[in-house]
Amino acid sequence: MNPTQTMDPAKTEVEQKYKVIGTRPIRHDGVDKVTGRAVYGADVQLPGMLHGKVLRSPHAHARVKSVNTEKAEALYGVKAVMTAADFPDAGSRTANLGELGEVPLKPMCDNVMASDKVVYHGHAVAAVAATSPHIAEEALKLIEVEYEVLPPVMDVLKAMEEDSPLLHDDLYTDELGEKSSKPSNVASHSRHVLGDINQGFAAADHILEREYRCATVHQGYIEPHAATAMWNPDGYLTMWVTTQGAFTVRTSVHQILEIPVSKLKVIPTEIGGGFGGKIPVYGEPVAAVLSRKARRPVKVVMDRTEVFQATGPTSGSYVKLKMGVTNEGRITAAETMLAYEAGGYPGSVVSLGGICMFAPYNVENLTIDMYDVVVNKPKTAAYRAPGAPNSEFAAECMIDEFCEILDMDPMEFRLKNGAKEGDIQCHGIPHPRIGCLETTEAARDCEHYQTPLEGPNRGRGVASGYWVNAGLTSSVTARLNGDGTVTLQEGSTDIGGTRTSIAMQLAEVLGIPVEDVVPSVADTDSVGYTEVTGGSRVTFATGWAAYNAGQSIRSQLIEQAAAIWKVDKDQVSLADGVIATTNGDSKSISIKELAADLSQKGIDIGSRETVTPQNHGGAYATHIVDVEVDPDTGKVTILRYTAVQDAGRAIHPSYVEGQMQGGVVQGIGWALNEEYYYNEDGHLMNSSFLDYRMPTSLDLPMIETIIVEVPNPGHPYGVRGVGEVPIVPPQAAVSNAIARAVGTRLGDLPMSPQRVVKALSAKS
Amino acid sequence: MQAFDYVAPKSLSEAVSLLEQKGERARILSGGTDLIVQVRENRRDLDLIVDGKKIAELMELSFDSQSGLTLGACVPCVRFYEDARISQLYPGLNDAALLIGGTQIQNRASFGGNLCNSSPAADSIPALIAHSAVCLIAGSGGTHTVAVEDFCTGPGRNVLGPKELLVSFHIPPPPKHFGAHYLRFIPRNEMDIAVVGCGASLEMESDLRTVKKARVSLGAVAPTPLLVAEAAAELEGRELDGGAIEKAAAAARAAARPITDMRGTEEYRVHLAGVLTRRALEKSLERAKEE
Repeated sequence: MNPTQTMDPAKTEVEQKYKVIGTRPIRHDGVDKVTGRAVYGADVQLPGMLHGKVLRSPHAHARVKSVNTEKAEALYGVKAVMTAADFPDAGSRTANLGELGEVPLKPMCDNVMASDKVVYHGHAVAAVAATSPHIAEEALKLIEVEYEVLPPVMDVLKAMEEDSPLLHDDLYTDELGEKSSKPSNVASHSRHVLGDINQGFAAADHILEREYRCATVHQGYIEPHAATAMWNPDGYLTMWVTTQGAFTVRTSVHQILEIPVSKLKVIPTEIGGGFGGKIPVYGEPVAAVLSRKARRPVKVVMDRTEVFQATGPTSGSYVKLKMGVTNEGRITAAETMLAYEAGGYPGSVVSLGGICMFAPYNVENLTIDMYDVVVNKPKTAAYRAPGAPNSEFAAECMIDEFCEILDMDPMEFRLKNGAKEGDIQCHGIPHPRIGCLETTEAARDCEHYQTPLEGPNRGRGVASGYWVNAGLTSSVTARLNGDGTVTLQEGSTDIGGTRTSIAMQLAEVLGIPVEDVVPSVADTDSVGYTEVTGGSRVTFATGWAAYNAGQSIRSQLIEQAAAIWKVDKDQVSLADGVIATTNGDSKSISIKELAADLSQKGIDIGSRETVTPQNHGGAYATHIVDVEVDPDTGKVTILRYTAVQDAGRAIHPSYVEGQMQGGVVQGIGWALNEEYYYNEDGHLMNSSFLDYRMPTSLDLPMIETIIVEVPNPGHPYGVRGVGEVPIVPPQAAVSNAIARAVGTRLGDLPMSPQRVVKALSAKS
Repeated sequence: MQAFDYVAPKSLSEAVSLLEQKGERARILSGGTDLIVQVRENRRDLDLIVDGKKIAELMELSFDSQSGLTLGACVPCVRFYEDARISQLYPGLNDAALLIGGTQIQNRASFGGNLCNSSPAADSIPALIAHSAVCLIAGSGGTHTVAVEDFCTGPGRNVLGPKELLVSFHIPPPPKHFGAHYLRFIPRNEMDIAVVGCGASLEMESDLRTVKKARVSLGAVAPTPLLVAEAAAELEGRELDGGAIEKAAAAARAAARPITDMRGTEEYRVHLAGVLTRRALEKSLERAKEE
């Protein structure tokens, strides 16, 4: 049974309007994937290839006094050994990370391989390339590193204390634009202010003040990081990488190694999940340097422990929140302090947490203080709606508490306060056309919400979520083949089925079946610059580039047909794959026939398009969850879950539903069990899928989905990004459901069984 | 991972002589679901792996109404639970066999391997203790027996000498009015290691209300799996009502001396020891009555 209902008032109109969009074709890469033929990062094999392994710090915080690699170099089978000394001096250069902005290069280099200091357990300090992975592992044991162990700083609030040990002597706080006078673990403090917070609280009938915490969690992609490099003696470097952005890898490696981009080609392999964690580089520059030294191709593949220890978790966080509401349930004021852990180097996503926190509501009086804080954990990376779950968890839990105090239906509260076009956001910019209210209405009216939940220890929770989405630069190259098919090279690596959702937009323009478009993900030499697959932007932006390519091919075909028929091109149209005159003389030719004709004549029809669309619009979701709590063990069972979300326009509804379900599952994991568990020495103790407890299929019901379509006026087909926002509501929805089930509110994530038991015993 | 040798002897004496040659540098391979992972992850360094699965005594699974069950050390879980008669006679062991890993793991993993790995959280050990299992151990000096509750000496450590191996378990035939159960608590529904595990067995008087004999065992609350004699003492000779069960649960909580780690806090594990003891006893009673 398909659990999906589509709530689309304009459905019939869409069905008439579109031939391809809104259908559910089989993905072009499906056969390769289900037969195991698709080449992922670790599948790359080259003649003479060596295997690289990385030596990692056993300490959370230590000065690296010396690294002696002599014995490792002498081991039979070892072809190269490297340390941070093999990287060019980063100096004060900066690196552009696209979605994540401009960052200093030195921390980026140090994160790839520590130079003077290790700042988290598992931080890379040296690497070996050998003829087998086993020899490389044995060689690591022969590398002698002398450490001066320093006290670890593992918690954001402790890191902010005046007398906390410092991670970086040269880190000064950017305090509302001013540099602080003494070094600190606080990298920055920024603020958003709207209205008058004191007046807002004065107008409130009820005020709550609470603290909320999120543990550090990992993206948990199934495929570990893998990079293969071949540095030719002529100075050209080719890399095969599992990444969210081939061009971002190119830029990063170019900057770290000071190799010209013209000498660097990145070939993206298939990618087994990223969720933001495959944007930074880790083993890529290491494989490159090892290859240069060994003069052979080198593959560096992480194991799961390395992935947990040293790659992108998202921020652990502390949120302090005070809100006021009237007896009628109107929000009058919100004041919050967000402190996010950046990991070992500055650059958490606290600012995105601030922007998203109250975006589902129209709050006129608002103060948001945001702190970016370094701690001895891996440098955080983007994770699906980066920063939003931490802050919105707090807001959505408190709103539910208000609903209970006011005895108000949570959907009614949301509709009463819901954000709409023109409302001012925290940064002062008004909302464009958004689907916040429509999403909430669909959630309120759905069968799940309208069906009462019965039984002891059961409760229903509701939460909403917002994510900003992104536009950014995307490119495609399209070429019409002699048989009328179109080869489409896309710059975006395909994580969520975007080969097909992009191809569908081109097919729609030309009126051809999507099976007649042959999409592929291109390397950095073969397509225009394209930013990362992130920010829920690929179907939106790269889809737009494909739309433009389709329009260009359409114009070229019309021009060619007009020339053949010797009529003005204004008198020729293209519809349903057929070019025809509109002047009444009834001439027509199919794209296939015209393509064959043009091909014989040696006329090339094609297009390369690069776009940087700005009006990506934000995404809204409202989720409903039913839980049952075992009061003896504290275990929470998810009985039923419905995710409602505005997709703008669902190009391929199955992929939209898949994104919604995937986001919910990750959010539930974050809510219930996932956390980085460090011992008192700052050692990560649960770096395996056994003890880092992501939910399995046995822990979840089928996640029901309802797609709402409020077209984004900023896209030719109305597309909004859909991939990220579904991870935002689950944490609060589950917490609110637990509260309704057993009468105790949990503000610390994860809400693991032991925490639930503790809260229940504190209550009784 | 370093290179190692692999030998699959056909007899017990051959296996013993290999162990005599290599001592602590050799290790018996059963299903390999722990051993292979440990070697691959550089957690164990070996010169020789001795596969026990070609040795008849280690692969024996048989039941005799007089002597009871013989369960070879390398018999995989799947053979146990697919034997309709045996699995029904030893329901606590059957619970454990079905809980260990997923289907693929159960096709390889064995009770013997689980015991010799000697994890405090091993699922099969409390079940073996509840069923009064005894180990037959072979070495150069012949064989001797050890009760399962006396086998483990610490996390990953046990009474086996470097030149000894576990041959089989011997479990008495279940008496009349007998029921047993093993359960564990895990935060997820699968793919987890017990936060606490509990095995229990009850032999009831013919009134099906009075306890004749009881055994309660706990996993993951101490350096080794525990036989909680104090819990049994609260039950034997008494009527099994809510009060008696609560006393046994309190005894289990008192016996638990867990650590705090990534799988659970000390406080939570003590709490769970009580909850699981109650549930294990209730289920054991239900099974004793069904019989």
